[in-house]
Amino acid sequence: MAEVASRKPLLSKQDRKLVSDPLNDNNPITVQVLGVCSALAVTSNLANSIVMAVAVILVTAAANITISSIRNFIPTRVRMIVQLVVIAALVIAVREALQAFAFPVYKELAVYVGLIITNCIVMGRLEAFAMANRPFPALLDGIGNGLGYGVILIAVGFFRELFGAGKLLGYEVIPSAVYDFGYTDNGIMILPIASIFLIGIFIWVQRSFNKDLIDIS
Amino acid sequence: MDLINIFIKAAFVENMVLIYFLGMCSFLAVSKTVKTALGLGAAVVFVLGITAPINWLIREYILVPNELLFLDLIVYIAVIASMVQIVEMVVEKFSPSLYMALGIFLPLITVNCSILGGTLFMITKEYNLVESTVFGIGSGFGFFLAIIALAAIREKIKYSAVPPALRGLGMAFIITGLMGLAFMSLMGLKL
Repeated sequence: MAEVASRKPLLSKQDRKLVSDPLNDNNPITVQVLGVCSALAVTSNLANSIVMAVAVILVTAAANITISSIRNFIPTRVRMIVQLVVIAALVIAVREALQAFAFPVYKELAVYVGLIITNCIVMGRLEAFAMANRPFPALLDGIGNGLGYGVILIAVGFFRELFGAGKLLGYEVIPSAVYDFGYTDNGIMILPIASIFLIGIFIWVQRSFNKDLIDIS
Repeated sequence: MDLINIFIKAAFVENMVLIYFLGMCSFLAVSKTVKTALGLGAAVVFVLGITAPINWLIREYILVPNELLFLDLIVYIAVIASMVQIVEMVVEKFSPSLYMALGIFLPLITVNCSILGGTLFMITKEYNLVESTVFGIGSGFGFFLAIIALAAIREKIKYSAVPPALRGLGMAFIITGLMGLAFMSLMGLKL
């Protein structure tokens, strides 16, 4: 009995918090305001959002663990260049992997995957967390933030594709009878502006449930 | 005359934030007060105005003659990162209060997409050295004006009866969306 109690669980309470916090209380997009640009650019349909979310989870986790392991050797004065070189190398690795194993997806998303280099969420987490923490918590933080980002991205992609094109993952969802009745797709949902309004509404909904996040100032 | 056109086009008709939606993160996060917005806007004008000509020179005299174009993104980012590092040191030394106010968003100018976007647009538009400098400063100026406009609106809207959950960030998103809609009317304007 005593043995079981003394054994450390794989993920302590604190570790679990690192993964779960970014999903709600410290969401990268709606609370920290990181990675908004890409959330606007790639979310015009659901499939792109999913691929982008997976790629970002991989890159944040890998970048966090790399920078965290070498954090004591990076001089402060050149830290940004070091961070960016690591990010760029990882993003190129993801792009090559996509090209090798999922060529049709690659053809459509090559540009956006390259844009992960300038996704502030990766460098933001490096600056805010990985530079000051051990590799394992940094890995969890990377995964958590990638997930939090992915959730918002997929939600935005879902609504934009549903209302902008009447489809989900390329399949017609809204029955043609509805169109015959006079329903039309909303052209503004195709534009990046729609995702700004959508994220604004998500923030509204999230903060109505989670009063701690409300801005008092 | 051409240069003035390029400037106006970069600042208004093709505004980085409100038309292309580049550099949103710092735009939304740092626009709480006009004072910090001024600081960030000035930093972006400086970085864009310097990196555009430097990247132009590097591309023209190093990358193209040596057929190293596949390295372009990494080189541009490295130039931008070093410029931002300089800005960070200067701000830290001369205005600690602004340094604290900008927080993590000062180093994040590096990955502000509008800066890399400025370099990439300048290449696709095939500008020469002078034109790219003007274009860089013009794009930075557009960002500067947009962030100050948003900050001023947010300072005023504090006194209005906004639903509590929408206060602050949520309202910033919606105002940006409305400003973007307004700027869409400039699209396609020929100068």
